Amino acid sequence: MMTTLAYVVAYLGIVFFVIACIARFLMWAKMPMHVRWELYPVAHEGGGKAEYGGSYLEESEWWSKKRQVSLWGELKVMLPEIFFLVALREHNKKLWTRSFPFHFGIYLVGAATALMLFAGLIVGYGPDSIGNPVAQLMGWVLPVLAGAGLVLGILGAVGLVLRRLARELSDYTAPADLFNLIFFIVAFGVALVTFVVFDRDFSMVGSFVTNLVTFNLAPINDGTAGLMLVLSVVLLAVLVAYIPTTHMSHFIGKYFAYHSIRWQDDPNLPGGKQEKIIQELLSRPVTWSAPHIGADGKKSWLDVTLEDQKK
Amino acid sequence: MKQPDSVKDMGKKPGEPLAQINQLEQIPLPPPFDKLEDEPQFAKLSDEAREKYVVLDDTIAVNIEKPKTKEDEDALVQGFLSGLEKLFSVEDNWTFLQPFEMSMEHCAKCQSCSDSCPIYEESGQNELYRPIYRSEILRRIYFKYIKKASPALHGDIDLNWETVARLIELSYRCNLCRRCAQTCPIGADNGLLSREIRKIASMEMGIVPREIHDDGSVLQLEVGSSTGMTPMIVKDNIEFIDEDTAERTGVPIETPFDVQGADILLIHNAGEIMAWPENPGAFATLFEAAGLSWTLSSDVVGYDGINYGVWYDDVQFARVAVRHAQVAKKLGVKKIVLGECGHAHKALTVIADKVLTGDLNIPRESAIVTMRDIVRSGVLKLDKSRNDFPVTLHDPCNMVRLMGIVSPQREVIDAVVPEGRFREMAPHGVENYCCGGGSGFAIMSGHNFQDWRHRMTGRRKFRQILDSFQDESMDPQHYKYVCAPCSNCKGQIRDIINYYDAFEKAGIYYGGLVELIVNAMEDVQPGFIDWEWH
Repeated sequence: MMTTLAYVVAYLGIVFFVIACIARFLMWAKMPMHVRWELYPVAHEGGGKAEYGGSYLEESEWWSKKRQVSLWGELKVMLPEIFFLVALREHNKKLWTRSFPFHFGIYLVGAATALMLFAGLIVGYGPDSIGNPVAQLMGWVLPVLAGAGLVLGILGAVGLVLRRLARELSDYTAPADLFNLIFFIVAFGVALVTFVVFDRDFSMVGSFVTNLVTFNLAPINDGTAGLMLVLSVVLLAVLVAYIPTTHMSHFIGKYFAYHSIRWQDDPNLPGGKQEKIIQELLSRPVTWSAPHIGADGKKSWLDVTLEDQKK
Repeated sequence: MKQPDSVKDMGKKPGEPLAQINQLEQIPLPPPFDKLEDEPQFAKLSDEAREKYVVLDDTIAVNIEKPKTKEDEDALVQGFLSGLEKLFSVEDNWTFLQPFEMSMEHCAKCQSCSDSCPIYEESGQNELYRPIYRSEILRRIYFKYIKKASPALHGDIDLNWETVARLIELSYRCNLCRRCAQTCPIGADNGLLSREIRKIASMEMGIVPREIHDDGSVLQLEVGSSTGMTPMIVKDNIEFIDEDTAERTGVPIETPFDVQGADILLIHNAGEIMAWPENPGAFATLFEAAGLSWTLSSDVVGYDGINYGVWYDDVQFARVAVRHAQVAKKLGVKKIVLGECGHAHKALTVIADKVLTGDLNIPRESAIVTMRDIVRSGVLKLDKSRNDFPVTLHDPCNMVRLMGIVSPQREVIDAVVPEGRFREMAPHGVENYCCGGGSGFAIMSGHNFQDWRHRMTGRRKFRQILDSFQDESMDPQHYKYVCAPCSNCKGQIRDIINYYDAFEKAGIYYGGLVELIVNAMEDVQPGFIDWEWH
């Protein structure tokens, strides 16, 4: 009964996480075009310009030249930023020493989970000749990966809680910020205890995941170990579902913060595809109330823009 | 130093300043200005002003009168909430919706941006000027009073008229240089939130500093320029400048006006015509020497490249941008070239990029790029030895951090300044510090605002300038040149040099980039830069 609950909550957590992330992604992606608000350096500027923060606007008659856009330039910035939080290290070392282990711990736990799901599929659906060696390999890899991830995540989260209580951050810390970190500490802590005390070779959780991906809701263990496994799974599943509903969904927002705002320098060329979108936006009604705007809720942006010329 | 204990103080302590700076506790400047006790006295805000207007700190920028009735108080609060709600509407704020919402939702309040702010740093890290202090108040108001979320989720704040009025004042304690945004690991932009608060005040409540609205964009749209120059006056002034420049250079020039079908419409910041006539004079000399097909416009708005809307109001911004484009369209030019004015660059080239369509979408280019091309072309005979004095370069935020125009001005300097005479400020390029006049401050001067500006926003730039010349003699006869290729920056640098008497005491002078080129032109009489204080 308890294990069934764990299976159900795990499915729900994963499904909710995926749906919430897609909804969050779509929310940002569907936002209307905004005015350009880029900030240099723009990583994809080609021709060596990104290195010193230059742009295509340094070229005379730039509109008639082919832009040099470098995907490699973006990757060179994005990958270290994602994995090592480079900007935080550069501008806030004190926080980075807490935030980096926290995030890297989550990455390791995430990688371990992905491997478990992958291995579960092979063990569950593949021939034993492949499944057995894979299960054996996972018995070595997963304890290292997940163990290190859980320890780093807990240490980082504890460090972040302490940092948030420090004088210069405490006034800007809401109870929810502390709750989020403590949630990580508790969920990771229970998982760590389960791993260290009851499941050092990850056989129990490995079986659970194999059952999960093969939709075989068989009981795993009735004793304290089983209870701890259920508790770990439930906490982690709820945590996973909770993340995209909070500002911790910045892992999605950050993509847009960089690609749609900070590095968004696509010019609106005469006759290009952006012009139609802009014209549609300029036809939207304005309701700003200050007298100098001259809006009445019906006049469009274009109307109020040309309003002063009627005087 | 007096400072708030918490963001919750914003609506408390009615009538009291939340922050005050003790000038004797500020970080000393480099020599020869390193004695705090010798610095000019910070003028006090008058008692009448404190009585009449909302009080935030040592100065007043916006002049928000204290409400006289409960209805007035409620109107301030309701107006602010109404405007804040509109910032989340596609119809009213498609212009900035995504960047705004991103910064409202995802700031982790980690304080990575604090040290990047020159105002916060030069204030001695006064809490009131911390970049996220004002944005945190905005966020809490939004989540508590509009989204009706529990304060446990996003923090608590009391909302009263004083909170609103002080927050609007506080939005005018930020240069909008966006250095804070550059350091944000997540991509939140607390500088933008200052601008959006200004937008609520202007576009919903009609509250704006007089200098940038009534005497700024409104005057520009009405008579043609925020300087008050009408088309007739601007033509007269340019005629005088041509004569004066020809006398100085020995090269006769006649600035072309309203030339139909010219390649280039050059738009200066009209402040140059009024305050620094050598700048438009140098442009005319240079463009004529290079044989360019160019013209100025004498149409209303067409001769003043400023667009103060970029600092506070999207509609005022769009109105001015459209006028500029209409003027160019009427003349049938191939491109608009923007003179030495940073915010005019960003306004018309980058922001208006998503406003101008069809036959108004006329290509725009920086004059810095045009100058670089002229110098690179070899059409000029240049004598670097005429610029044989120490030169440092101020990077205008709008051109550099916000547009990525970094290298052309350096290439020009390389071509006209002798080796070893140029030194970079630290930091420079896209990591530069604002001059201190950004976001309208350079033209704002009510009450004691200028003093506040010199002590708080311009101090970091002055520190950088002094640092860059530390290997030089500070003898006033040993002239040193601060090249500031932006009209507002130049005004701010002039004011701060004047405030500290740095020309008389240390020989520190300022000017634009084009003046350095003309000063090095062999075909021009020596001494175009005349080292006379003005």
